[in-house]
Amino acid sequence: MAVTTGNIVSWIAALASTYGEQQSYLTELDAAIGDADHGSNMARGFAAARDDLQGDPPETPAAALKRVAMVLMKTVGGASGPLYGTFFLKAATTCPQANELNGDQLLEALAAGTEGVQQRGKAEVGDKTMVDALVPAVEALRESRTAGEEPAAMLAAAATAAEAGRDSTYPLVARKGRASYLGERSRDHLDPGATSTALLLAAARDHLAA
Amino acid sequence: MKKAINRPEDVVVEALRGMEAAHPDRLRVSYEPKFITRADAPVRGKVALVSGGGSGHEPLHGGFVGPGMLDAACPGEVFTSPTPDQVEAATRAVDGGQGALHIIKNYTGDVLNFETAADLCRAEGLEVEAVLVNDDVAVEDSLFTAGRRGVGTTVLLEKIAGAAAERGQDLATVASLARRVNEEGRSFGMAFTSCTVPSAGKPTFDLGPDEIELGIGIHGEPGRERTTNRPARELVEQMAETVLGDLPFAKGDRVIAMLNGMGGTPLLELYLLYGEFARLAADRGLLVERNLVGDYITSLEMQGFSLTLLRVDDAMVELWDDPVLTPGLRWGG
Repeated sequence: MAVTTGNIVSWIAALASTYGEQQSYLTELDAAIGDADHGSNMARGFAAARDDLQGDPPETPAAALKRVAMVLMKTVGGASGPLYGTFFLKAATTCPQANELNGDQLLEALAAGTEGVQQRGKAEVGDKTMVDALVPAVEALRESRTAGEEPAAMLAAAATAAEAGRDSTYPLVARKGRASYLGERSRDHLDPGATSTALLLAAARDHLAA
Repeated sequence: MKKAINRPEDVVVEALRGMEAAHPDRLRVSYEPKFITRADAPVRGKVALVSGGGSGHEPLHGGFVGPGMLDAACPGEVFTSPTPDQVEAATRAVDGGQGALHIIKNYTGDVLNFETAADLCRAEGLEVEAVLVNDDVAVEDSLFTAGRRGVGTTVLLEKIAGAAAERGQDLATVASLARRVNEEGRSFGMAFTSCTVPSAGKPTFDLGPDEIELGIGIHGEPGRERTTNRPARELVEQMAETVLGDLPFAKGDRVIAMLNGMGGTPLLELYLLYGEFARLAADRGLLVERNLVGDYITSLEMQGFSLTLLRVDDAMVELWDDPVLTPGLRWGG
């Protein structure tokens, strides 16, 4: 089972709903250790990306991912705009000609997106950022693929790993982003970026290989 | 939440409409993407100064667009950095053939969006330099954080670098002057109350009736220490000592001082606080050459204030005194 362009469009539409529903929760997490805008930024950005894709359906996965990247960079703002934008943009560059993505291509796309996020934001695992959810998700994709799994099982493993990664941020002291200004006071809070990334992977599990 | 707004999602664009209506002779406003330019932009042969950041800090940055200060400002959503397409379009709109200086407050979002914008500008052949403002002494351990935040010194830097650009100095000179202003400036802020982001609808943090937050940034983010309120004299002493000890400022240093309101502090109290500072400065042998007292870099309706000190020489004072004609700062000429 490969990932089609239509799967990507459904994934983004599902994310627009998810971030819309979770807007207050994400903003609450951000208010505790940041500046209380993550929920509204993600909801606004993914609603715009959904509208863009549905208004003029893209022909390939790469075209879809690139369009999402450009819309997110323009509409999200904050640190999340360039970071999530870079994630989708780098993912798009790995599969310019593909009409659908097999397991190897899916892994390659999400791994490239994750590397892009790390380069732009200069964060490592343990800094209490979205990277704490993304990196384990990509590791899970890779292990799962190596074990011979197809996209549906790969994404299920990635979503579980992202959720564990999100939970791992709770006791951490932030070293990147606005939460880092709080020092010790950033402990005992979930990172909003890792939380929105876990939601991104959960929606991928539910829609990207459906 | 009680606010003078229509719908939370329209706050920024409707405020821009108001700025355009209030200053039709001075400012031009673009809505898609959002940026403000001086009415006579682009000014041929002049280095263009472009800044921006989240909305909610007015008059920063839009109120400082005009002759002698910024050529363009890019407002983001409230407390959210502007996006790369805004900054790129604004830079292109005001480029007068001598390149542009991006003035960025050191917040992760602003830095990432401006860096992406600078990549876009350079890909189009525009010359862009950037200066990062990181003057907030409340951030102690900058090695393990995103670094010191950019706060009050931004206002003084935009004025001084703006004057240098207006005099026709080239990009390298204006950029290096701007970096020197950042190196010589230090700030510290505090809050009596939180503020409410319109889209969030409730205060960003809660402070008890007798609690204050020391070492805040400008986004309603919690600060360095939560403690109990104390008399203005003690507050100013504690904050000034932190600022003075950091550069460090020494006896005989000449400074420009800014006693800045966070948006909800009466001018009566700001003057009272400045009086306390002036007394302390005289005691320490600081020569306050110029000052600003009022709301210049705010945090919506937050009650609180910040103190910024900039060590200056003759050249900086002269540039400070050059004419400026913006909605938020205006003298000479």
